[in-house]
Amino acid sequence: MLKIKDLHASVEDKNILRGINLEVNPGEVHAIMGPNGSGKSTLASVIAGKEDYEVEGGKILLDGEDIEELGAEERAHKGVFLSFQYPVEIPGVSVTNFMKTAINETRKAKGLEDMPAKEMLKLIREKSELLEIDRKFLSRSLNEGFSGGEKKRNEIFQMAMLEPKLAILDETDSGLDIDALRIVANGVNKLKTKDNAVIVITHYQRLLDYIVPDFVHVLHNGRIVKSGGKELAHELEAKGYDWIKEEVDA
Amino acid sequence: MDLKEKLVSSFLAFENTVDVDSPIHDIRIEAMKAFETEGFPNKKQEAWKYTSLNSILKNDYSVFPKHEEALDYKDVKKYFIHDIDSYKIIFIDGKYSSHLSETTHDDIDVCLMSAALTKPKYRLIIENYFNKVASKDSLAYLNTAFSNEGAYIHIPKNKLVDKPIQIIHFSTGNEAALMLQPRNLVVVDENSHVQIIERHQSLTDNPVLTNSVTEIFANKRAIVDYYKIQNDRQTASLIDNTYINQRAESLAKVHTFSFGGKLTRNNLNFYQNGERIDSTMKGITIIGDKQHVDHNTLVHHIEPNCESHQDYKGIFDANSTGVFNGKVVVEKEAQKTNAFQANNNILVSDKATINTKPQLEIFADDVKCSHGCTIGQLDDSALFYLRSRGIPENEAKGLLMYAFSNNVLDSVKIPQIKQRITKLIANKLGVNIGFDL
Repeated sequence: MLKIKDLHASVEDKNILRGINLEVNPGEVHAIMGPNGSGKSTLASVIAGKEDYEVEGGKILLDGEDIEELGAEERAHKGVFLSFQYPVEIPGVSVTNFMKTAINETRKAKGLEDMPAKEMLKLIREKSELLEIDRKFLSRSLNEGFSGGEKKRNEIFQMAMLEPKLAILDETDSGLDIDALRIVANGVNKLKTKDNAVIVITHYQRLLDYIVPDFVHVLHNGRIVKSGGKELAHELEAKGYDWIKEEVDA
Repeated sequence: MDLKEKLVSSFLAFENTVDVDSPIHDIRIEAMKAFETEGFPNKKQEAWKYTSLNSILKNDYSVFPKHEEALDYKDVKKYFIHDIDSYKIIFIDGKYSSHLSETTHDDIDVCLMSAALTKPKYRLIIENYFNKVASKDSLAYLNTAFSNEGAYIHIPKNKLVDKPIQIIHFSTGNEAALMLQPRNLVVVDENSHVQIIERHQSLTDNPVLTNSVTEIFANKRAIVDYYKIQNDRQTASLIDNTYINQRAESLAKVHTFSFGGKLTRNNLNFYQNGERIDSTMKGITIIGDKQHVDHNTLVHHIEPNCESHQDYKGIFDANSTGVFNGKVVVEKEAQKTNAFQANNNILVSDKATINTKPQLEIFADDVKCSHGCTIGQLDDSALFYLRSRGIPENEAKGLLMYAFSNNVLDSVKIPQIKQRITKLIANKLGVNIGFDL
């Protein structure tokens, strides 16, 4: 589904990604771990199409198609979803209206009619229940005054609504208490099918107790320096990142 | 002949059409003299530093349209807020259109200035209120000199006016260029409540210049809710001079929606003569091309325990220019004043300009006054967030600009106006926002 080949990316002349190789197939859950500043969030943003980053080499293929020239919205239409580490507050646009716009624009891009209002309401009800979101919450301005946990839950609600092929969860566990973490992870697990894939980006192993990865990759200095199964996450949790750094530097 | 000379010489012709023996005419003559001395304002004057009238004064305007024109309601319906029941005072090329209007003398007077200025039954109100709050500046003088027609609204005490009043000035393009000087008087007595919608609409691309004066008196505990919809063609210019005199515990709100026109200057002045007065002025400006919108506001806090709220949002595209000059004066006696002012702007293009200037003159020591102005671009991270959810760049920008201006609409009390303005905003931003507004 996603194939990243020798990806190099920089921001303001600073090299952040220095040759990433990654392959994600349908049905898989990949975790990308690594110390602060290793390039985890950059990788997520580059896949989602943030224009602040300059791709200087390599390829990102989605179902075999090079998506480098595509805008963020076109990638979204092809099924890429990024759950933001810091969701942006948009006062004046309610969660519901935002979702309606996002869904209908995506449908429009696929040559489909707007989703009928009744169907939309049903979908909203269904998905908000999945994330244990109160109805009143949906008429509030997007992310405005939301707690950290509410923001993250709202991100996963959006993911549930949009049903992406490839979901990238960027530090979704940060700022979550254990109950919120359970709800969010439960949501992600319920959305998981054999046809979609999830990339979980996290600093800690905690979230991976709930969303169990098939593969764990360690990012350091803009490269994936170690890959393994879920046991690698436990090893990192127990030993920290220093041993990896030492291993790489050696 | 330049416009000033033309106006001065037209005054003689104008005198043939009005009652020169009425005391009103003495006021007109004085005003004409004052205008003759002062002339049109220019950029050397502080209040006109960023707005030049030169480009609009050079047209050869007709001051008196030659013939009367009729319009079919169906052709101009879209300029009305037509989905509500309302009183209507409609003018075509400066002349009253009885066909399109719906006036009343039932308990309240919603009628014509020309009638009010000549008929004895209005004499007392005219004597007490006419030209009593309009300021001493040259454009107000000019309007006063030619004052004859416009809307006259008098709401006696304890009346909740059952429906809004729409005042619309159409210009048909029968003249190659037309200058209009409507004069409105609104008197709202104790405990009464009125809602007014005002609009100026040109129907062709022939130049129109409107220099309008509206005097509003909100007496004790009166509530005045006034909406100005400025979405005219880019060949029409408007100088709107509005003066509001408020008495104790009255509440006056003016919303100004500026989406069109070539040059629009809003001189909006509130005078608080009494305690516990609330004055609110809000505006949304969305312009592009070479359009120019200038909001020049004044709140004069004269007595204690009053409030004023100003909130203006501006979105400027292409080569458009905007001005916000908000003056708040708090007199020494006006203790416990709460005065808030905000002016936030987004420049969409590199060539657009906004000049924003808060001007606070505070002589009292126990007051709460705040002001803030911002000029910015759209937030890139917000744009990326929206796009990453599948919303295309243009729609995302539109949505962000909509969100930026949206909160100004919270205080709009007539749902149909809110709906109309929201639609105008969406059109103006060129986006289908994709949900029911």
